[in-house]
Amino acid sequence: MPVIDLANPTRFLNIVNRVLPWLIAATLILFVIGFYRVMNAPDDYQQGATVKIMFLHVPAAWLGMFGWGLMSVAALGTLVWRHPLADVAGKSAAPIGAAFTLICLITGSLWGRPTWGTYWVWDARLTSMLVLFLLYLGVLALYWTAEEPGRGARAAAVLSLVGAVNLPIIKFSVDWWNTLHQPASVFRMGGSSIDPALLTPLLIMAVAFTLLFLTLHLAVMRNEILRRRVRSMRLQQAQKLAEASA
Amino acid sequence: MSLGPHADFIVAAYAVTIFVIAALIAWVVLDYSTQRRILGGLEERGVTRRSQRKG
Repeated sequence: MPVIDLANPTRFLNIVNRVLPWLIAATLILFVIGFYRVMNAPDDYQQGATVKIMFLHVPAAWLGMFGWGLMSVAALGTLVWRHPLADVAGKSAAPIGAAFTLICLITGSLWGRPTWGTYWVWDARLTSMLVLFLLYLGVLALYWTAEEPGRGARAAAVLSLVGAVNLPIIKFSVDWWNTLHQPASVFRMGGSSIDPALLTPLLIMAVAFTLLFLTLHLAVMRNEILRRRVRSMRLQQAQKLAEASA
Repeated sequence: MSLGPHADFIVAAYAVTIFVIAALIAWVVLDYSTQRRILGGLEERGVTRRSQRKG
């Protein structure tokens, strides 16, 4: 089947209905394995048992950024090709990305208090992550308050592209500025600096959370397509009633 | 498994994560059933989409 066929909402719904049960099963299996490995992971020599918070915090941070990246690509589809499915993809990624960014901020604070002695500092990494969360709220406000969905979609797409500037700032903030937040330790030149006993459960949890993100994204896209069908049918019904009474 | 002297922070982090994700899943499931119910109601009243009529 050509990839372009996926752009047809009805065909897309059929594929989602077939794929979702498998994705849910794979996500659950990976979370079971991930939590088992997390429970049996050793304490870090510096952080102690609080390293267990990292198994949530790090994947949440990645997915918060991944969500915005997805919205930026979808924004190009909305603005350049004006494809409705691109807008559906962008709109559907926003609440999920916001949720993961919120998890990243809260778990980071809960890790920071025992490790740094404070819940929050205005350093570049933490601040740019907070900016990402505020950008998510901005996009959601644009989508949810626009009277005409097309106008809301275009405004949200523009904000998604503008906000993408924040992604490299988040990534390289620990290199560009002197921050309390530690530098990259998983993906960095020369390989990961994390011991395999901690790195393996971290990567399993990262894949599990990524599958959860994709599962939720497809499910939210399905809901959005159905919502648009409802809107279109209601408009037609209203038009018919108006014609009948004229 | 011992969580050490900072067990409260670790438990709170997992509780918050589970709560946020559970809320997200609940919203997705409820929204799906709501949209399906509304669509079913419209179809029962004979309202069809333009693409359905063409087919």
